Amino acid sequence: MASFTTIKSDFPIFQSNPNLVYLDSAASSQKPQAVIDAERKFYEEYYSNVHRGVYGLSVKATDAYEGAREKVRLFIHARSTKEIVFTKGATEAINLVASALGKLLEPGDVILLSEAEHHANVVPWLQLQEEKRITLRYIPVNDSGKLAMDKVPELLDDKVKLVTMSQMSNVLGTVNDIQEISRQAHGVGAFVLVDAAQSVAHMPVDVQELDADFLVFSGHKMLGPTGIGVLYAREEILATLLPYQVGGDMVLAVAKDKVTWNELPWRFEAGTPNIAGAIGLGAAITYLERIGMQKIWKHDQELTRYGLGELKKVPGLKLLGPVVSGPTRGAIFSFTVDGIHPHDVGSILDEQGIAIRAGHHCAMPLHQRFGLTATIRASYYIYNSKDDIDVLIKGLLKVQEVFA
Amino acid sequence: MSLAMYQQNILDHYQHPHNAGKLDPADAHAHVSNPLCGDELDFFLNFDEEGTVSEVKFTGRGCTISQASASMLSDQLSGMSRPAIMKLPTDHPMTLLGVPVNPARLKCATLSLEAVQQAIGHH
Repeated sequence: MASFTTIKSDFPIFQSNPNLVYLDSAASSQKPQAVIDAERKFYEEYYSNVHRGVYGLSVKATDAYEGAREKVRLFIHARSTKEIVFTKGATEAINLVASALGKLLEPGDVILLSEAEHHANVVPWLQLQEEKRITLRYIPVNDSGKLAMDKVPELLDDKVKLVTMSQMSNVLGTVNDIQEISRQAHGVGAFVLVDAAQSVAHMPVDVQELDADFLVFSGHKMLGPTGIGVLYAREEILATLLPYQVGGDMVLAVAKDKVTWNELPWRFEAGTPNIAGAIGLGAAITYLERIGMQKIWKHDQELTRYGLGELKKVPGLKLLGPVVSGPTRGAIFSFTVDGIHPHDVGSILDEQGIAIRAGHHCAMPLHQRFGLTATIRASYYIYNSKDDIDVLIKGLLKVQEVFA
Repeated sequence: MSLAMYQQNILDHYQHPHNAGKLDPADAHAHVSNPLCGDELDFFLNFDEEGTVSEVKFTGRGCTISQASASMLSDQLSGMSRPAIMKLPTDHPMTLLGVPVNPARLKCATLSLEAVQQAIGHH
């Protein structure tokens, strides 16, 4: 297994852009050669549709597509591939749950979510609030950027049908105690949906240990292609849900007046799926597992500890989220710099070859909670090292020089 | 390293904006914002009998480009007629700034003209 110092050479983007310091992996990660090759090999060597042909190529494509599903199952420790639905990404997976679960909700039902959610885990529920006259309740985030777990018992009652939150915040880096949330939510009969879009790339994720009913993530944040993601749903629940989209491939039989749905999980995958994307995601999982998710999480923790210490040295820098490293925080740093707008910080860092994100990171309610419209976000991943933190610090001091 | 967007005159306008403040009452006023990054501008205009701008003030908060662009535009407006202002092309603020504006920041630059034209449109 390659050490973290050589990992960078697996990513062609850094050969094409030798001076790039990429600190925006929370938005999307770069791709290793192995993922790019897996997609290309599929198109060049065995491309065909899946679940269709009796011919050899189609069997091979189907095996690769379903093989990727099995890799996903093992990666998140699901019991069965029936529980793994391929989607466009985490966003579509949440929309699928909102649509399918929404049909079962009644006026007055409550969905409980955290104040720190990405818009992908807010807007579908706001839509349901409109359509189904349900109510949303928010678990507050305290000043230190952690979820106010002490408020959860009073927010939970038998009106709550679903509790949903990210496992790792895309702004604060905070890792939520999902096991505890599941315990309490299941106590009142509510389902638990976990947005694992950030966490799944950085730490071992086990749906059984988390006791999650639904868990979603996107391929592109974990070295995989864009346009592919996963919905994990507990089989007993998925079996009771109606299809989200309908059409080909999700049916067993169609007559002029009758349709018989396909088995799980294909019932939830209408139309020709993103075959190449799934195969690419499978290759990404293989790549990540070759390094080891425990090791990746340890690397993340080291960068977090180092980053928190170094960011303190920048005068006027205010960090959102926990300031102490530990297993409840990942290497995502969102902050403001006194007197300088985040866009200006972003532009001047860009001039120095440093790619960060400036804005609200699709979490406007969370920014409003902190009285901010925008922050600067630097997020780190396996191809980043402590050097990339030093470069950021130097870059920020340079920004301050421009405005001095 | 080139910091073309952050030339001294732009930083000066940002740190010491010209025509800062409000007009109360104002013949024309508009508030515009860019929710993506939180840039905000309020433009206030008064006109004389011939319909040309006699007074202009603005308040705002946001990035260097949005605020410097507003300051520079405000300098130019006095004595201009409503039709002349309405005819200013969308990229006029870029001409005023006189530096290459990164495509990701165009909206910051054009917000000032949007505010002024909206104010006159409402008037």
